[in-house]
Amino acid sequence: MTTTPASPPARRGRSARTPAILRRSPAIWTITALLALLALIALFAPLLAPYPGDATGATDTSRALLPPSADHWFGTDHLGRDVFTRVLYGARVGPLIALIVVFVSLLVGLVVGLVAGYFGGWIDEVLMRVTDVFLAVPALLLALALASVLPRGVVGLTIALAVTWWPWYARLVRGEAASIAGRRHIEACRALGLPTWRILARHVLPSATTPLLVQASTDIGGVILVAAGLSFLGLGAQSPTPDWGLMVQESQNYFATHWWIGTFPGLAIMLVAALCYLLGDALRDRLDPRRTPRI
Amino acid sequence: MIAYTARRLGLSALVAFGVVVLTFVIARVVPGDPAAGWAGPRASQAERDRVRAELGLDDPLHTQIVNYVAGVLRGDWGISVRTHRPVLDDLSTLLPSTLQLVLAGLLIGLLVGIPAGLLAARWQGRLPDVVVRVGAVISGSMPVFWLALLIQMFFATRLGLLPVAGMYDQAVLAEHPLTRITGLSLVDALLTGNWAMAASVFDHLLLPALAVAAYPVAVIARLVRASVLDTLGETHVQMVRALGFRERSVLGRFALRLSWNPVLQTVALIFGSSLVNTFLVEAVFNYPGLGGYAAASATVLDVPAIVGVTLLVALLYIAANLIVDLLHAALDPRIRLR
Repeated sequence: MTTTPASPPARRGRSARTPAILRRSPAIWTITALLALLALIALFAPLLAPYPGDATGATDTSRALLPPSADHWFGTDHLGRDVFTRVLYGARVGPLIALIVVFVSLLVGLVVGLVAGYFGGWIDEVLMRVTDVFLAVPALLLALALASVLPRGVVGLTIALAVTWWPWYARLVRGEAASIAGRRHIEACRALGLPTWRILARHVLPSATTPLLVQASTDIGGVILVAAGLSFLGLGAQSPTPDWGLMVQESQNYFATHWWIGTFPGLAIMLVAALCYLLGDALRDRLDPRRTPRI
Repeated sequence: MIAYTARRLGLSALVAFGVVVLTFVIARVVPGDPAAGWAGPRASQAERDRVRAELGLDDPLHTQIVNYVAGVLRGDWGISVRTHRPVLDDLSTLLPSTLQLVLAGLLIGLLVGIPAGLLAARWQGRLPDVVVRVGAVISGSMPVFWLALLIQMFFATRLGLLPVAGMYDQAVLAEHPLTRITGLSLVDALLTGNWAMAASVFDHLLLPALAVAAYPVAVIARLVRASVLDTLGETHVQMVRALGFRERSVLGRFALRLSWNPVLQTVALIFGSSLVNTFLVEAVFNYPGLGGYAAASATVLDVPAIVGVTLLVALLYIAANLIVDLLHAALDPRIRLR
């Protein structure tokens, strides 16, 4: 009935289990390798890109709107910039924003969720009502509203997205923390007089890492899509930053006649989002088979 | 049930109040000079001072919040800097168009997603399954604005099959004026028997709705596939199969029935994300809805309009969740005890 063959864990113990499981999943390895390749592309973009100047604002209208060729693999845009170069450099903008956003909101959500779930009572009640408020506004819309009043640019966008995203993690961690707070071994820790922060960090937190890991990898893809959408509306990176969403927006007037300008950046967004999403799926399959709807 | 309803209502009211406070923070606290946001970027100093006095920006913060909340409750959501009309008026004319587009997108999502999911479940592990699963990942990961541009370029500009932008043909509207009943232009046209307008609206709706539908299709297909496969293990489904029913009936009539509930729950869940995806699609197709309005407002820092859209969508969302929860509780007594 299951899609992946179940194999017994080779070693017991929390610390040893995660890497052992990863070792046996070719899907996770393939996706991780592809994402690592993407990170390398982002890192070495200046060396890989044929026209590095085109990513930082150089224009040459004499070679504007050229179709894909051996010189310009993805063609050139309306300002004569090499689209391939800009797509490579784009790996440094959107995905980086998404990584920072997920990391920051993960940290905030972790603290809020642990405190709410572990202590319960009125602290829990207040914190969760606050997350309710944030979750009542669809993510893209809240980020749009925030980004529009913050200073335009990558920094404003990142802040807006982080403010939007933390409540999801707070919810997730809170649920895990609350379910474990009453267990015997936590009571034992308390009876032993361990400091609260230590109980939280050493004994409550580990139980929340699996769902967090799954959620975070799926979310990076989601954040990339939302960030691209906001950049497309002009609320993110500003010209001449080679951001994929912005590139699609700049191509809008030329889309019907010069398809290559906007098609390749969009493909790049799709590729990265799909990889993150598949990684989340594969991680859930391996780490938490109980919850896996067979998809 | 009464106790549950009261508790749930109270909670929703609290969250709604929280959202009003959140929009207050966005409108008045985050920006460096809130008066500039409400008066527009090209406003003169005198205009800004007038707005500053009008909004009471020199008052202490708690007085400002009270006045702001009172204004929202009174229906005074400010004047749009861009359109110079009361924000609430703008929103009430635009909301139905957006709802029409979202509903059309979700409908396509159901019409395509359910058969696709069934197909994948029927041929699990075989070619149709692989096609559906790969297709779901692709259509779920596509940036919706990019998909909208591709669809627009291909079907409208290149092939000329359907209109490029807008909600209807102005010439058709001039000949067959539309009577406003529900505000949903397609429904209104059909109700009044205005076939020419109905056709025009439908033609203009199809392409944007396709773009909006991409994400729902992916989610619904995956969900139907997963839940049908799950139910195949259930005893009664195996019983039906043992009784010799055709595989098609086993899946379509018995296994699918059990997945209706999760499908409907998911549709309610993705309504919010589809709504904001619609915003991006509207911006591409120049479709006169909330999204185009929000996008245009955001680029010129029309704070009252942006905050108005945020507030409206959040309140709708809270109300929708409340209704869904109450319906659930009415149908399933176990929920009331939680």
